[in-house]
Amino acid sequence: MHIAGQKSSLSWAVHISVLALVALWLFPTVGLLVSSFRTSDQIATSGWWKAMFPSQQNLTLRSDAPELQVQEGDVFVIEGMLFAEGKNAEISVWGVSSRAIDSFVAGDSAPLKKGGTVTVQANGQYRMENTEPFSGTRGTRIFVTATTPPEFTLRNYQNVLFDPENAEGMAKAFINTLTVTIPATIIPIVIAAFAAYALAWMEFPGRALLIAVIVGLLVVPLQLALIPLLKLHNEVGIGKGYLGAWLAHTGFGLPLAIYLLRNYMVGLPRDIIENARVDGATEFQIFIKIILPLSFPALASFAIFQFLWTWNDLLVALVFLIDSTGDTTVMTKQIVELLGTRGGNWEILATSAFVSIAVPLMVFFAMQKYLVRGLLAGSVK
Amino acid sequence: MHPALQGIITILVGVGGCIGYFYLSNQFIDKVLFPARGKNAGRNINRANIVRPWLFLLPAILALGVYLAYPVFETLRLSLTERSTLPDGSTGYVWAGADNYRQMLNEPKFWEALKNNALWLAVVPALATGFGLLAAQLTDRLKWGNIAKSLIFMPMAISFVGAAVIFKLVYDMRPIEQEQIGVLNALYLNFGGEAPIAWLTVPFWNSFFLMAVLVWIQTGFAMVILSAALRGIPEETIEAAIVDGANPFQVFFKIKVPQIKSTIMVVWTTITIVVLKVFDIVFAMTNGQWETQVLANYMYDKLFRSNDWGVGSASAMVIMLLVTPILVWNVRNARNEMK
Repeated sequence: MHIAGQKSSLSWAVHISVLALVALWLFPTVGLLVSSFRTSDQIATSGWWKAMFPSQQNLTLRSDAPELQVQEGDVFVIEGMLFAEGKNAEISVWGVSSRAIDSFVAGDSAPLKKGGTVTVQANGQYRMENTEPFSGTRGTRIFVTATTPPEFTLRNYQNVLFDPENAEGMAKAFINTLTVTIPATIIPIVIAAFAAYALAWMEFPGRALLIAVIVGLLVVPLQLALIPLLKLHNEVGIGKGYLGAWLAHTGFGLPLAIYLLRNYMVGLPRDIIENARVDGATEFQIFIKIILPLSFPALASFAIFQFLWTWNDLLVALVFLIDSTGDTTVMTKQIVELLGTRGGNWEILATSAFVSIAVPLMVFFAMQKYLVRGLLAGSVK
Repeated sequence: MHPALQGIITILVGVGGCIGYFYLSNQFIDKVLFPARGKNAGRNINRANIVRPWLFLLPAILALGVYLAYPVFETLRLSLTERSTLPDGSTGYVWAGADNYRQMLNEPKFWEALKNNALWLAVVPALATGFGLLAAQLTDRLKWGNIAKSLIFMPMAISFVGAAVIFKLVYDMRPIEQEQIGVLNALYLNFGGEAPIAWLTVPFWNSFFLMAVLVWIQTGFAMVILSAALRGIPEETIEAAIVDGANPFQVFFKIKVPQIKSTIMVVWTTITIVVLKVFDIVFAMTNGQWETQVLANYMYDKLFRSNDWGVGSASAMVIMLLVTPILVWNVRNARNEMK
C-alpha cells in the first residue's frame, strides 16, 4: 500500500466502502433518535427518513361538534380551523368520504351527506353551512392531503422525564438504574484490586492455579448462577432488592476485574516495588501508595466495562432486583414492558430508549480510550 | 429509606468495609500475630508473608466462590432433583436422576432452541469477525479512520434492550394501504415487494433478523481488537510482499490474515460465548415466539414462567456444557502464556 500507484487506485474505493459501512452502522440508531423528536402522528404516518423534508400526508380530521354552531340569518354555520394551532400545513386536495379523499381542491365547496355544504381553504380553515341546524354529537370527518414542513418537538422528552403523572415511570427507573450501577461498579474494583495485587506481586503456593481458575470463571455463563443464588438470597433473607443486585453484579464482575487488573499490574516496573520493599514499606503501603495510582488506566477500563454492563443489564435485574411491587424497576425492564404493552407508541418507546442509551453513550465517547485499552488487555493474547 | 441514600451507604459500607478489612487484618498479623521483633523476628516475617496473600485474596475468593463456583455445582445438583411432596407433607427437592434431562429432550421447544443456538453460533461470530476485520483493514491508515471506527464501535455501549428497540423500528410493518415507517419494509416495497412483511414472524428467517442485532453490536468489538493486531504486524513482511509484486488483496489474505490468526481466534471465541448467553435480544424482540427460541430464553421461561427449576437447571447445564470447550481452551492458553 506504500507504492504510490497502487494507493491511489484503491483509495477511492476504500473511502467509499468505509463511508457506506459507517452509514449502515449509524442508520438504525439515527432512526430512533430522529423518531424521539417527532410527534406520534408524524411517526405513524411517515418514515423518519422523510422527517427532514416537507411531507405530504393523508390526514383524517374532524370539524367542530354541532353544538358549537351559530346562526347567521337563515343559515346555521360551523366555522373553525382543522389543524391544531401553530401547525403550518397546506392542504392540496380533500374529500368528505373515506372512499373519495381527493375529490375537491382547496377552496372548493362540497355537499355534505346530511345536508348543507362545507368549504375548506388551503390553510385548514373551514366553513360549514346548512339551512337546517346541524345535528349529532360529533363533528364531520374531513379527509385532507396536506403538506407539512419538517417539525421537531421536545414534547416526548418532557413527557417521559418530567410529567409527574406519566405512567411510564422512566424518571424513577432512571434513578433506580443509577442506584444499582454505582455501588455495583465501585465495590468489585476495590475487592479485585487487592486480589490482583496478590496474584501479580506476591509469591505463594497455588498462585498459578488460582489464576487459571479465574480465567475459567471468566466465561461461566450467568445463567448457571440464577437459581442457586436466588435460593441463597431467599434463605439468608436478602430476598429481591438492591443488596442482592449489588452482590450479584459484584460477583459476576470480579473475574474480569481481577484478570484485567492483574495483567496490568504484572507489567508495572519491578524496581519500584522492590525498592519500596527494601525501604521497609509494608505490602499494604506499597499497594495503596504505589500500585493503585499507577494502575489508574486499568481501573478506569474496568470501571467503564462494569458501568456499561450493569447499566445495560436486564437479566440480573429481572432475577435479583425487581420484586412484585415493581418499585425497584430499572430502565431496561421498563422498556421491555413498553415494547410489550405499547408496541405502537413509538414516540414513548423511542424517547425512553434514548434516555436509557444516552448515559452509556456519553461515557463511551468520553472514555473511549480506556475502553479500547481494557478490551485489548482483556483479549489479545 | 430512599434507595439513593441506601446506595450511598452501601458504597461507604462496602468500600470502607473492604479497606478497613485489608488495613486491620494486615495490622493484626504484623503487630499481634507475627510481630517483626523479639527473638522470632525473622521467622515471624516469613510467616506473615505466607499468610498475607490470602488476606488480600480472601474477599475475592469468597465472592467468586459463592457467586460463581458454588452455583455451577448447585445447578448441577438441582438439575438432578425435582420438586415433590415429601412424606411429612411439605414440599422439597428429591433425587430425580436424569428425569429432568429426559423431560427436556422430549420437548420440541428445547430442540428448537438448540437448533437456533447452533444457527446463531454458525452465523454471528463469523459475520461479526468478518465485518470487524473488514472495518479494521479499511480504516487502517485512513485519515478519518478513528472517527469511522468510533462510530462503528458505538453500538457496543448500547444495551441489548436499546438495540432491540432500535431494530424493532427498522423491522416495523404497517398495513399495505399505509405508509411504511420501518426502513426494511419501505425498501422492500420500493424494490418491487408486493406486500409489507412482518419480518419477525417469518419462521427460520426471523432468527437472522435477530442475529443482525448482535452482529451490529459485536462488530465494533471485533474491529477494535483486530485493528490493534493489524497494527502489530511487522512492516517488513508487508513491504517485502509488495516488492515481490503482491496486490493489496494478496497482501491482506496471504500476509496479514495468517499473522493475526490467533487474535482472530480469540475474537471468534469471545463472540461465541456472548452468543451462547444471548438472552435480552430474544426476550425483548420476540420472546421466543415464531420459532426464535434460544437456550438462555428457554431456560428463563422454565425458571420463571413454568417455575420448573429442575428442567431450568438442566438447560443451564446444557449452556455450561457448550461453553466448556472454550473454557478449557482459554485456561490452557493462559497457562502457556505464564510459563
